Amino acid sequence: MTTATENTATGAAGDGPPLRTASMHTRTLPGWFPPVLLVACAAVVSGALFALGSFHPASATVLTALVYLIAIVVASAVVENGRKATDRLVTGIVYCCFVLAMVPLVSLLTTVVVNGVRRFDLYFLSVSMNGVIPSMDAGGVYHAIVGTLVITGIATAISVPVGLLTAIYVVEYGRGRLKAAITFFVDVMTGIPSIVAGLFVVALWIMIFGPGQTNGLAGAISLSVLMIPVVVRSSEEMLRLVPADLREASYALGVPKWLTIVKVVLPTAVAGLTTGIMLALARVIGETAPLILTAGTSSTRINANPAEGQMMSLPVFIYQQVRAMGSSGDAGVFSEERAWAAALTLILVVMLLFLAARLVSRFFSPKLGR
Amino acid sequence: MKLSKYSQFAGIALVGTLALSACGSDNATGNGNGDGSAAPQAGDVECVEGGGTLSGAGASSQENAMAAWKAVWEGACEGSVVEYDAVGSGAGRSQFIEGGVAFAGSDAALDEAETEDATERCNGAEVVNLPAYIAPIAVAFNLEGVDSLNLTPEVIADIFNQEITNWNDDAIAEANPDADLPDQEIVPVNRSDESGTTENFVAYLAEAAPDNWPHEVSGNWPIDPVEAAQGSSGVVNAIEGGEGTIGYVDASHVGELGTVAVGVGEEFVEYSPEAAAAIVDASQPREENTENDHAIDLDYTTEEAGVYPIVLVSYHVACMEYEEQADADLVKSFLSYVISEEGQQAAADEAGAAPLSQETRDALTGTIEQISAAS
Amino acid sequence: MTTTDSSATARIPKGKRRLGDVVFAGSARGAGILILLILAGVATFLLIQSVPSLMANTGNFLTSTEWDPNTNEEPRFGVAALIFGTVLAALIALVLATPVAIGIALFIVYYAPRRLAAILGYVVDLLAAIPSVVYGLWGVVYLVGELRPFYGMLETYLGWIPLFAGPVSSTGRTMLSAGLVLAVMILPIITAMSRDVFQQVPQANREAALALGATRWEMIRMAVLPFGRPGVIGGAMLGMGRALGETMAVAMILSPSLVISPFLLQSGNQTIAAHIALEYPEASGFGVSALIAAGLVLFAITLAVNMGARFVVSRRKEFV
Repeated sequence: MTTATENTATGAAGDGPPLRTASMHTRTLPGWFPPVLLVACAAVVSGALFALGSFHPASATVLTALVYLIAIVVASAVVENGRKATDRLVTGIVYCCFVLAMVPLVSLLTTVVVNGVRRFDLYFLSVSMNGVIPSMDAGGVYHAIVGTLVITGIATAISVPVGLLTAIYVVEYGRGRLKAAITFFVDVMTGIPSIVAGLFVVALWIMIFGPGQTNGLAGAISLSVLMIPVVVRSSEEMLRLVPADLREASYALGVPKWLTIVKVVLPTAVAGLTTGIMLALARVIGETAPLILTAGTSSTRINANPAEGQMMSLPVFIYQQVRAMGSSGDAGVFSEERAWAAALTLILVVMLLFLAARLVSRFFSPKLGR
Repeated sequence: MKLSKYSQFAGIALVGTLALSACGSDNATGNGNGDGSAAPQAGDVECVEGGGTLSGAGASSQENAMAAWKAVWEGACEGSVVEYDAVGSGAGRSQFIEGGVAFAGSDAALDEAETEDATERCNGAEVVNLPAYIAPIAVAFNLEGVDSLNLTPEVIADIFNQEITNWNDDAIAEANPDADLPDQEIVPVNRSDESGTTENFVAYLAEAAPDNWPHEVSGNWPIDPVEAAQGSSGVVNAIEGGEGTIGYVDASHVGELGTVAVGVGEEFVEYSPEAAAAIVDASQPREENTENDHAIDLDYTTEEAGVYPIVLVSYHVACMEYEEQADADLVKSFLSYVISEEGQQAAADEAGAAPLSQETRDALTGTIEQISAAS
Repeated sequence: MTTTDSSATARIPKGKRRLGDVVFAGSARGAGILILLILAGVATFLLIQSVPSLMANTGNFLTSTEWDPNTNEEPRFGVAALIFGTVLAALIALVLATPVAIGIALFIVYYAPRRLAAILGYVVDLLAAIPSVVYGLWGVVYLVGELRPFYGMLETYLGWIPLFAGPVSSTGRTMLSAGLVLAVMILPIITAMSRDVFQQVPQANREAALALGATRWEMIRMAVLPFGRPGVIGGAMLGMGRALGETMAVAMILSPSLVISPFLLQSGNQTIAAHIALEYPEASGFGVSALIAAGLVLFAITLAVNMGARFVVSRRKEFV
């Protein structure tokens, strides 16, 4: 009896059946008991709360979970034994943990969608904030979308070659201390706080151009500091997955090493590499802090030139509207609506990247079955 | 082979991006979606032939008003653009002194050292501080059953200094015989960030009630806070969300909250734009002012009737002489509009500013007319 | 740099180094070195740019809680309150997130139906994909309002614990709210690391436990948790590194003030990262330099935590 069968046997919602080894000696609760008990608890708790007139989804859920945990432990202790009761308690808690993690996710996504659709339309997506007075019911995110595309585009153009070449070095060429150092510091680099990456470019820019210079290029460089290590890590993994046989076959035909890498290794791994790059992109596209420092926060018109002037981006746009949210009267309301709609736009972009990454890795992966 | 498939995708993505970049527009207000977007009237703005870009930087207190001024002025003057970077008063002043921007917005006039440095930047000509934006600071509170309170400067200082801690304190009841003051703890709310609002409010307390407010005047709140909040909106949220809360905030943010009528001399004055603008006339010009400089020494202890004394005066700092003709013309055109009746009204509508009095505007116009370029 | 040294792949006879190989290997190596240079650059440039304000500082940089550097002479500033706030926020996040993350990892590996496990893991990863600014927006507009009554309850029933002493902030924009959102944000990191190690627990160990008649929980307690501990600790430290450096969620949610206050339900405290984001746009005089100095401190703290985490994780690998 392997654990694999044990795991598949736990498919029933709520709780799995007790172990067979134990069931020979003690009575067990039937498999349908936990889910039914859960439903009963939910019904009783909700009913009681409604009767008291203080129903709230959050409190109802918490109370249901508590009542269920107590009930199942008592039931198990009575019918089964103490050890089983502990097991059932832990099972309940583990399920609760997962549900607990889903609460903020669901809450966040629903609030963003519900609040975001109010202003999410073609007009919003196709105009900038140029000439919009705070009290006007107008303005959109077009300039921020352009800025995000330009900044992340440049960041990708910097990060992908550097990251990919580094991964190639580590996997195909690297040895000794340099390889160890690079592997270690790439790990360290993944942990750099995004605001520090922003400050790095601020410091660099002060030394090169003097104080107070903000433009899209600075933003792109700070993002690539965050993106490079992610690209290296994912590319490294993908390159390692390429079977050594392929390389050896290529060498055997007299192909030079660099051509082997370019013509054999990279094409084999291309799906995985693309996936990794897209996930890295999805990560940096939502970065706000470094862009506040490097690309400025007050641009309102379309600017597609990364070398000149401030550049708005979607996340900074959200932040800026949140800051303006407190304005009196209508102005505050419009800012809040714009913030939600921009958040919806940003989340859609990130989710699309995620989905595209999944699809690429699913449909374009080479079949490496042996 | 695989790679070429990918380059096709990249190509499609590139074309898509290019297509996207063609469909957007900078004309957000002309598309008719904004039904409530009746732009403020321009009046007669004297535009600069050929337009140009005017750059300014400074106080964020002016941000909303600036958005209105910018929209109207740019709308009236074809090809003219004003870029205002709300980097804060201090940074605005230093950018102006360094010559990075043509004018600065600042919640305080240039001090002596700064004036000296700035004179150099202005071709040796005068540097002027123009009080272009007057924002009343309201003392707002949230107390059930009470809409308005009369408080003397001393009592306000004691409340914020955490000396008076209950709403039914005798000092409060004395000035408000009609109010039904509950037995409730007072929760003073202050700005947590450095701000001109804090600086002016604290300066008012220090001058109007020096015995009750012994703290140093700066943009940072001087004592350990009971409740602190970020920005004007944060303060309003904190006041609204709590019970028995009181705080000071840019009057344009007050909304539905109750406000304090402040003790001036023998009477209590409710905040209103006219009452706030009156302090500019009631105050003396700063002593070290040069001929065209209009910096004022706010007289917080004024006893003149109908003056609301807690205000933030934000200046536009400019040169009387610019290196470039274009700069001089643009500054002249823009500032003329800002201090015009229409410009002041736009700021009042948009940002709750107190419009300058006719008298002040006439004096400022006289100065702005004389701005010129070195030739 | 010779290609013959590659141990992983086939060998090419010496003396046959073609131009293409030299160029390609050189650029690959160059990219790797560039990364080291960037990292060194981050440290160096921050250091260089922070020196002017540190030299001019009239306060004590490490022990002062003041922040008044926006002048051209005699700036006074210190990071004591900021360091305290940063560590406090990260600790709250860590304490809240770690047990839940372990629970989720156990759920996905040992409790959830096999077929669903991969999808559920993907769903948890979605938490990491949501941009921090959106967390901030959600937190400040929606969450803090929902938490306010809950804080009232905490104060009423647990107010005798100094941490939960009142009066409760009327806005709900407190350290606890910020820590809670941080906890959600680091959940996927700790979960991912824990899942990895739990999946690697040798089947023999687990089966041995079950064969002795252990319940599932007893199997987990005896075979899984001891084996996975270093991985969980490493994951928790990585999560803490993220929480220490997280900017936007804190900057948008917390009502900050530069005090050292252990009262989680009152407004107050501030983290380094959020302070930089909020102060930078209006910094003047020595302001930018002082913020860079604060950033350097944050960099040093996160570097130490992350290196510690990597050390813990890599030591585990030696045992396997």
